[in-house]
Amino acid sequence: MSHLLIILAILSLAAIGFRMGRGRALALAGGDARALHSLPNHYGGYVLLNCALPGLAVIAIWLAVEPHAIRWLVLSALPGDFRVLPTERLGLAYDDLRNLAHGVAVNHAADAVLSAAASHYLALRRIAVVGLVIVSLAVAGTGLWRGWRRVAPNFAARRAVERYIRVALIAASTVAVFTTIGIVLSLVFETLRFFGKVTLWDFLFGLEWSPQTALRADQVGSSGSFGAVPIFAGTLLISAIAMAVAVPAGLFSAIYLSEYASRRVRDVIKPVLEILAGIPTVVYGFFAALTVAPLIRDTGGSFGLDVSSESALAAGLVMGIMIIPFISSLSDDVITAVPQSLREASYGLGATQSETIRQVVLPAALPGIISSILLAVSRAIGETMIVVMAAGLAANLTANPFQAVTTVTVQIATLLVGDQEFDSAKTLAAFALGLVLFVMTLGLNLMALVTVRKYREKYD
Amino acid sequence: MTEIATDQAAPSARRQSKDRLRRRHAAERRFRLYGMIAVAVALLFLAGLFAAIFSIAYTALGQTEIALEIHFDGALIDPDGTRNGDVLARADYGALVKDGLGTLFPEVKGRRDRRALRKLLSVGATFELRDMLLADQSLIGGRRTLWLPASDDVDMYAKGLVAGGADNGGRINAKQAVWLDLLRSQGQLEQRFNWRFFLSGDSREPELAGILGAAVGSLLTLAICLALAFPLGVMTAVYLQEFAPRNRWTDLIEVNINNLAAVPSIVFGLLGLAVLLGFAGMPRSAPLVGGIVLALMTLPTVIIAGRAALQAVPPSIRDAAFGIGASPMQVVAHHVLPLAMPGVLTGTIIGMARALGETAPLLMIGMVAFIVDVPLGPTDPATVLPVQVYLWADAPERAFAERTAAAIVVLLAFLVVMNFAAVLLRRRFEQRW
Repeated sequence: MSHLLIILAILSLAAIGFRMGRGRALALAGGDARALHSLPNHYGGYVLLNCALPGLAVIAIWLAVEPHAIRWLVLSALPGDFRVLPTERLGLAYDDLRNLAHGVAVNHAADAVLSAAASHYLALRRIAVVGLVIVSLAVAGTGLWRGWRRVAPNFAARRAVERYIRVALIAASTVAVFTTIGIVLSLVFETLRFFGKVTLWDFLFGLEWSPQTALRADQVGSSGSFGAVPIFAGTLLISAIAMAVAVPAGLFSAIYLSEYASRRVRDVIKPVLEILAGIPTVVYGFFAALTVAPLIRDTGGSFGLDVSSESALAAGLVMGIMIIPFISSLSDDVITAVPQSLREASYGLGATQSETIRQVVLPAALPGIISSILLAVSRAIGETMIVVMAAGLAANLTANPFQAVTTVTVQIATLLVGDQEFDSAKTLAAFALGLVLFVMTLGLNLMALVTVRKYREKYD
Repeated sequence: MTEIATDQAAPSARRQSKDRLRRRHAAERRFRLYGMIAVAVALLFLAGLFAAIFSIAYTALGQTEIALEIHFDGALIDPDGTRNGDVLARADYGALVKDGLGTLFPEVKGRRDRRALRKLLSVGATFELRDMLLADQSLIGGRRTLWLPASDDVDMYAKGLVAGGADNGGRINAKQAVWLDLLRSQGQLEQRFNWRFFLSGDSREPELAGILGAAVGSLLTLAICLALAFPLGVMTAVYLQEFAPRNRWTDLIEVNINNLAAVPSIVFGLLGLAVLLGFAGMPRSAPLVGGIVLALMTLPTVIIAGRAALQAVPPSIRDAAFGIGASPMQVVAHHVLPLAMPGVLTGTIIGMARALGETAPLLMIGMVAFIVDVPLGPTDPATVLPVQVYLWADAPERAFAERTAAAIVVLLAFLVVMNFAAVLLRRRFEQRW
């Protein structure tokens, strides 16, 4: 809370700076804004930025450093027998004394050393807040003063302000790049740690997946094996079922809507199809688990088939329906983009409409259609909630769509939900699977991009 | 010779071509039919989905309640007559409920039967009595007939969703069924509007569980997401579209943004887990972390929509602004961006709608915890609507199924409102040049 107050104080100081800068510029120009190089507001803005930016930067750095500095100071002030404790125990003791300082009940009687350390901690926190107030306000005040002094009628305040804005724009555009770097680094880093425990060969080509590792060394049975082949196979099975639904349905919907349907029908049906893409996947998961899976199980049962209630078919089917609009709307766009002259030439040779579509329009639109299918496959592989709710957990290596299989995303979710230790092979395996998922979808997306860029026919 | 040949060949050739034409036309009709079937399959599925969910959800609107005359016995609640809040808060309200049931069914004797009787009412009934008394101490000593929530098993039985009697796994036994039918015939058991569902947080008891906590969590998460994704997205779009030079670096950023838009959402969850929780030490289950993760996920959507909107502003506007001496920054800030704003906002709303429905990344950062309290700030542990749906869908009690469906309906209602706002915005403010 106190930090929020400090930020507010800096911002109000900056607002004062704005008034001062603007006022000084006008005063120096004798009240005639035309005598200034820039608009009066630019002078105000210049002073404001000079005040707020360094002040806020100080707060950001301070907040990042403060907890570590206080921890170091408190721990190094503890008596000698604490220093020989292993790192985790020391961490626990530190958490204890922080709880003590914040008045939260500690689960054992607080000894004198700990309560002394707690009051030391509180004292340091107080000093830190006071220090932050003084330092940040001093820096902001200095910035204000320096900015204010530079205000002069011939000073190019607009250019200075715009330089700041430009830098901010460039910084914003790098956020997306840093996100990608962050994803890659975190996945690669944890995956490398995983391969310190399990070999790459065992992971990629092992046929058995049972990630339950023993919590204690003397436990029996759950040794944990990390062969990911059954998971990859399950992912491919469910995605294949989904694509078997989505590709024909999506493609034929797109053809019907773009070539056959009247404008009115199209205007109604297209948005309705898009609703399918807007429904949260957790809703599909609920529907698949509650309605579709029992339906398939009972139908299969009446034909004497042994269908699991978490069958790959149910998950794949529902996922396929979800993906229809991704294929249909992208394909629709590329089919519509095929020039009318090609169709008319085909009709002129006596072809029927469906012959024209199959032999002229579709080949012309093929790169776009393939790219939409690749994007849809990437989405099917990365889809999580439908399979988490409707597909199984056990890693069966089977190609039978009536049995339960598991997928990469299901495993990531189950390995990481709930209590976890950050170092176990079980947790790290999720990151290795995440890396596989990322690489697969990245590959598919790039292929889609390349297909369009390289093979697209340009008409006109 | 030749004439004879043609005379003989002509009918068969004509027949052949006629046949071929018929086949071609049949193929044409088939092809067209396939298209109609594809559209119909998608529409039917959509209809089936909505029908299934609404048909399960509507019963959650009502909650079975039992009218009970409660004697707020001063000797039981506050034997010393202190009227002290602490004493009142700790009093045994379960005894009041038991007394009420006892006077209603004086013939019920024996431990087992009494417990079965007690189980007709939700455990939440005692808390409601306590809250009522703490709010109004003058109740002490009086008698009041109150509608108290029935337990989830009774609720399901009264709604006709499970059968009573001995054959249903002992959920409602034969005696309980008789009592309930008696209560119903006396008008002391009815379906009343389920306000608890809209006004309370999560609970292990289906009849007490509500979506308010999840809805507030969603709101906080979306607020953080919007506060980050909108400014960053607009700034990036403005830079890439208006200022960036065409070089390798901007090409890289562009490819990267397109790619990020297609990265599976669960991978963003892994990023949040490893970087925000593991490295930066942010709190688990907090809307703050959820908002950041969702912001990174929706950023590409906002950027792509923003760029499209900026591109749609005709160059003549820029030229005119340059012509009267505006700087490039002023051209964008005063003219191009305001004109592109409806498009940018539409894209942002659609991105937010997607973020609202997103579940998978939030599972990774611990927003699946069981949280009863309604979150008050962005660092309180919280959950969001889709995660609540996921949690309830997993719960074994039958009564949670209708609540899951009802939560889905609430979620869909929010999505419809947001998408409708986007469409409205586009219709109202979009300019065609």
